[in-house]
Amino acid sequence: MTALLNMRGIDKAFLGVPVLSAVDLTVSRGEVHALVGENGAGKSTLMKILAGVHTADAGTIELDGRAVSFTHPAAAQRAGIASVFQEFNLLPELTVAENVHLGHEPRRRGAIDRRAMHETTAAALADLGVADLSPAAKVGSLSVAHQQITEIAKALSHGADLICMDEPTAALADAEVALLYRLVQRLRERGVAVLYVSHRLREIFDLCDRITILKDGRLVESVATADITPDELVTRMVGRRIEAQFPPRAAGTEPGEVRLRIDGCGNDYVDGIDLEVRAGEIVGLAGLQGSGRTEIAEAVFGITPFTRGTVAVDGRPVRITRPRKAIAAGIALVTEDRKAQGLALRQSVKANARMVLDANARVHSRRRLARIDGILSSLDLVARGGDQEVQYLSGGNQQKVVVAKWLAAEPGVIVLDEPTRGIDVGAKHKLYAVIRSLAAEGLAVLLIASELIEVIGLADRIAVLHDGRIAGELPGGASEQEVMAYATGRRRPQSEGTQAE
Amino acid sequence: MTHVKRLGAALQGAGTVFLLLALVFALILAINPGFFAAPSLMAFLKQAAPLVILAAGQYFVIVSGNFDLSVGALVGAQVVIAARLIDGEESRTVPVMLVMLAFGIGVGLINGLITTVLKVQSFITTLGMLLVLYGAIRLWTGGAPTGALSDAFRTPGRLGIQTPLFQIPWALLIMIGVGAGAIALMRTRFGRILMASGDNELAANRSGARVDTVRTAAFVLSGVSATIAGILIGGFAGVSAQVGEGLEFTVITAVVLGGVALGGGRGTALAAMAGALAIEALFTLFNQMALPATLRPAVQGVIIIAAVAYAARRRIRPALQSTATPS
Repeated sequence: MTALLNMRGIDKAFLGVPVLSAVDLTVSRGEVHALVGENGAGKSTLMKILAGVHTADAGTIELDGRAVSFTHPAAAQRAGIASVFQEFNLLPELTVAENVHLGHEPRRRGAIDRRAMHETTAAALADLGVADLSPAAKVGSLSVAHQQITEIAKALSHGADLICMDEPTAALADAEVALLYRLVQRLRERGVAVLYVSHRLREIFDLCDRITILKDGRLVESVATADITPDELVTRMVGRRIEAQFPPRAAGTEPGEVRLRIDGCGNDYVDGIDLEVRAGEIVGLAGLQGSGRTEIAEAVFGITPFTRGTVAVDGRPVRITRPRKAIAAGIALVTEDRKAQGLALRQSVKANARMVLDANARVHSRRRLARIDGILSSLDLVARGGDQEVQYLSGGNQQKVVVAKWLAAEPGVIVLDEPTRGIDVGAKHKLYAVIRSLAAEGLAVLLIASELIEVIGLADRIAVLHDGRIAGELPGGASEQEVMAYATGRRRPQSEGTQAE
Repeated sequence: MTHVKRLGAALQGAGTVFLLLALVFALILAINPGFFAAPSLMAFLKQAAPLVILAAGQYFVIVSGNFDLSVGALVGAQVVIAARLIDGEESRTVPVMLVMLAFGIGVGLINGLITTVLKVQSFITTLGMLLVLYGAIRLWTGGAPTGALSDAFRTPGRLGIQTPLFQIPWALLIMIGVGAGAIALMRTRFGRILMASGDNELAANRSGARVDTVRTAAFVLSGVSATIAGILIGGFAGVSAQVGEGLEFTVITAVVLGGVALGGGRGTALAAMAGALAIEALFTLFNQMALPATLRPAVQGVIIIAAVAYAARRRIRPALQSTATPS
């Protein structure tokens, strides 16, 4: 097999933060090549450079021995590199055949030749071993799996030699995953290379010939699948230092009463969730992207409520169907995306900090309003006074305003979804200390973070999610390997009785 | 330094409309010094009051992220309803005013519920309401308004409190009352949530706000303001089929001129009302300069485009500066 793609010394930084440093990647013709790493390891960035979405700051890309550089996705496509992202690039109102041929429709005397278009699409689908997809079907009405097939057929119709797939099974049901497996095999037989980005170890070991491991934006190694075991792979993906950056746990304090109890809860995204958070306790929710972490937070807070099971706050069962009800029950949620869901950016620091009190007669009080200034200053907020519009604050200070608005309501349970995303180190450490002190004051804290070390360093207990279920529970300070073993589905809950190491 | 900056920011922001107002008054004064004698000034304010009141109502709707295009038609409908129901009978004045109030609230409620519950864009909802009201009134009156207003009904729009030197119009007092009420309302929890809902609906919802309820209430307030404006305009100008026509655009122009951002979340009630006053002053200036009244729509068009363009420039520049400020 000859090298189809050869990337050497790829560097990429966003706003001065290095995301990729000196990364190499070699993919041969007809090879299924896995690209693995934790959240934030740089997989997506590398794939986007290959797809022409981003341009590398340094390094070379050779395709078939010729140096190439893509400044635009269309350039990568012309060179024979196709990408199937998690968000499909299809027009839902058009048919499968129209999408496959979009931009290069077969023509007859100037007009689009619909018959030829359908025939070639039907032939291409048959070639892929797909029998149950009509070229005339409207894409918007198709299942995710069929949309994915359409995307792949479209890539092939552009003459792709290399197809990059980003978490292709993330949205697929089990039967559909089998279909994708067959499809990938077909591609391999046809000599098309596949770059397969996935978190799921099983798929990687079932499908891929080689594995390239990234960690913190650097290449760990590239190995043949036959030369590595799943356990070794997990160790190499995560093995790293836990920095002494977390405030020490208060010694000898026992958690108090159960403040939040989630019992057998589920909805369209998660299922069978049992979770307890006690007063004074920080429970971490770990898991890979799409494992259901945010979905649990949103369900607890009534954004996309649980449809099964019971939730109780301080022993009282509550039915939370909207954020308003969650707030009335004493729950706060620091949302993942502070600009979209947390802040009214054009309003002042003060207006944002009192928003929860203003919006909820049941939590509004003069005493709580009077506490807001104190809360803001205890968070070390840096602003030119309370009248400054929050849009002009740094990410860290914006996040402090969000935290302040919830603390003003004096909740009993606080859920923090990625509280340190996109904020500077100083603000991060401040928030770590705040989270600890909230627990010390008797709040129940549910903490979600992609950065494993945050969960490990802060939480008293860690619930690890995999595929919308709690795959295992670990004590605080557990190793990253242990967390990843559950998160990747390598280790299953004891009750299912499979492969405990 | 910070004081200078803050003053500059205030002038750049909502303050612009006050500068414009001062400029237009200065020009009027230059052309016709007699304008600022009490009687003619009072006459001006009496005439401007309905637009200022409508601007207060429209402000609530715009700041919450919507539009209300139905206010002109609603003013027209209210005047026609009043004339027809009162039919010259003094004793019917108060009951009919209550009926009008209920009608204004009802129209606002329907606008609000269609927009928030059925998720129809308010632009379409209220455009539809505008047409429905015009059509329904035409149908009901057979094309020409009938009946007559009572003297008591016409008092607020026409008369005032007589002082030794001049008359203080009822309309001015009502305008001040409505204006003070609007400013006070924006300082309550309702006002703050209305503003937050216009800025970021999702963040307001996640904070527990009843976004749909406050937005519907804004339409109701707009309906009430159109009712009050209708009483004043009917009293001032009497009944005709054309009452209220085009008023929705004048009032939106006024609010935008006041620096209130279309799409919501920015601007003050005071500046919106000052915008209305500035437009009326501008029209007065044109009168003084003996420009034809037929020029008005064109002037309004230029103003609304210029005001929005100016606001857009203002919004771009601070955004550029913010990347340079240390945080």
